Amino acid sequence: MLPSLTHEEILRYSRHLLIPEVGIEGQQKLKAASVLVIGTGGLGSPVLLYLAAAGVGHIGLVDYDKVEASNLQRQIIHGTDRLEALKVDSARSRMLELNPYVQVDTYNEPFTSSNAMQIAADYDVIVDGTDNFATRYLSNDLCVLLGKPNVYGSVYRFDGQASVFDARHGPCYRCLFPEPPPPYLVPSCAEGGVFGVLPGVIGTIQATEAIKLILGIGSPLIGRLLLYDALNMSFEYVKLKKNPKCKVCGEQPEVTGLIDYFEFCGVPGIGHEQDTVEGKEITAVELAKRLKSGQPLYLLDVREPHELAISSLPGAVNLPLGQLAGRMSELDPAREIVIFCKSGIRSARALEILLSAGFRNVRHLQGGINAWARTIDPKMPIY
Amino acid sequence: MPILRLPTPLRSYVNGQTEVRVDGQTVGEVMHSLVTQFPTMQPHLYNQRGELRPFVNLFIGATNIRDLQGLDTPVEPEETILLIPSIAGG
Repeated sequence: MLPSLTHEEILRYSRHLLIPEVGIEGQQKLKAASVLVIGTGGLGSPVLLYLAAAGVGHIGLVDYDKVEASNLQRQIIHGTDRLEALKVDSARSRMLELNPYVQVDTYNEPFTSSNAMQIAADYDVIVDGTDNFATRYLSNDLCVLLGKPNVYGSVYRFDGQASVFDARHGPCYRCLFPEPPPPYLVPSCAEGGVFGVLPGVIGTIQATEAIKLILGIGSPLIGRLLLYDALNMSFEYVKLKKNPKCKVCGEQPEVTGLIDYFEFCGVPGIGHEQDTVEGKEITAVELAKRLKSGQPLYLLDVREPHELAISSLPGAVNLPLGQLAGRMSELDPAREIVIFCKSGIRSARALEILLSAGFRNVRHLQGGINAWARTIDPKMPIY
Repeated sequence: MPILRLPTPLRSYVNGQTEVRVDGQTVGEVMHSLVTQFPTMQPHLYNQRGELRPFVNLFIGATNIRDLQGLDTPVEPEETILLIPSIAGG
């Protein structure tokens, strides 16, 4: 039986109740529903705000980060007064300010193969608002195995994608993307940037789809992928079909339980960002000493050219990470090379590429140029 | 010549263009012309064995070429091929 609405709730949701497709019964369905949102970042912000505002009775949120200044250009659920707070706490308090009539449960932990089933089991709909391939494949497989809809959204720079993957009625994420790209080919938003309002648009579409699924109205994005190009202001759809050979939802699935998604995506696990390049790092202090010694050193900046206007090291040669594999012949393997980027993630990937190509005398700057700004040159901006 | 529409992550390899005109009568030929014209794009689209990477999705109209004839799908001179990337930001 659906829960009844109090007088306060009837007043609060009156604009919904006036829509025939929602009405009292629809609002009761929303009150009875539960949605798990994975990630409280750029996508999670609008998703959580709109689900709370709409009166979804039980909302779960998973994240293990703290609010940072560089989040606030797009993660509008958080605020300057919540810097350093746990994201789940910051999001929960904002949601309850907006609507005290909903229940918000928080999971301040990484979403992994070991806890995902247990966390997701009680929720009707899963919303994928994560920022990495490993968790996206985990969310997908989890939803296929549990028979739940996965409301997908993804952003990068000016491009956004949204769909509803529900293997019971259509394709799953793996039907479209059977394998993830190698990490060095696709930068994350932390490395490549994201247009601040873009996740606002895509996250709002995810919230729309989640609410429609609960109400059982309209045509969900099942079997369709929405492509949004903010730069050209274009929305397009492509058709998605179930892949009979899909390893998780196909006719003869190979994936019948959750796997190690970090290994699958070729990335280090949480908290092990630097493991693969251990011993091949140089700190900013060591680099400063090394440069002072006057011995020749090839400084390789693998950031995008426009980032050089923010900060740069004298004498460094710019070769963006994405072009490294194709332009490796420009580098001399005999020279001592130190690679750097903004914070040490892209340089670690560049290091892996060069090491696998046979370069030996190569290291990367731990913490990137931001670490240099922090410890060596206080006049340099951190971004 | 057919038109290939590119997403933002790949535009830096074609001088920032949103779409490029590349020669070819099939999707495979168009892709080959693309990487011949813009060689730095090669490792993003093809693996070391010269096969198109599985996360590269190509659509003609709203249909995935996997549901047509794959790389052998014929392309009309004014037709647009859409390249859909795998992105993970959130």
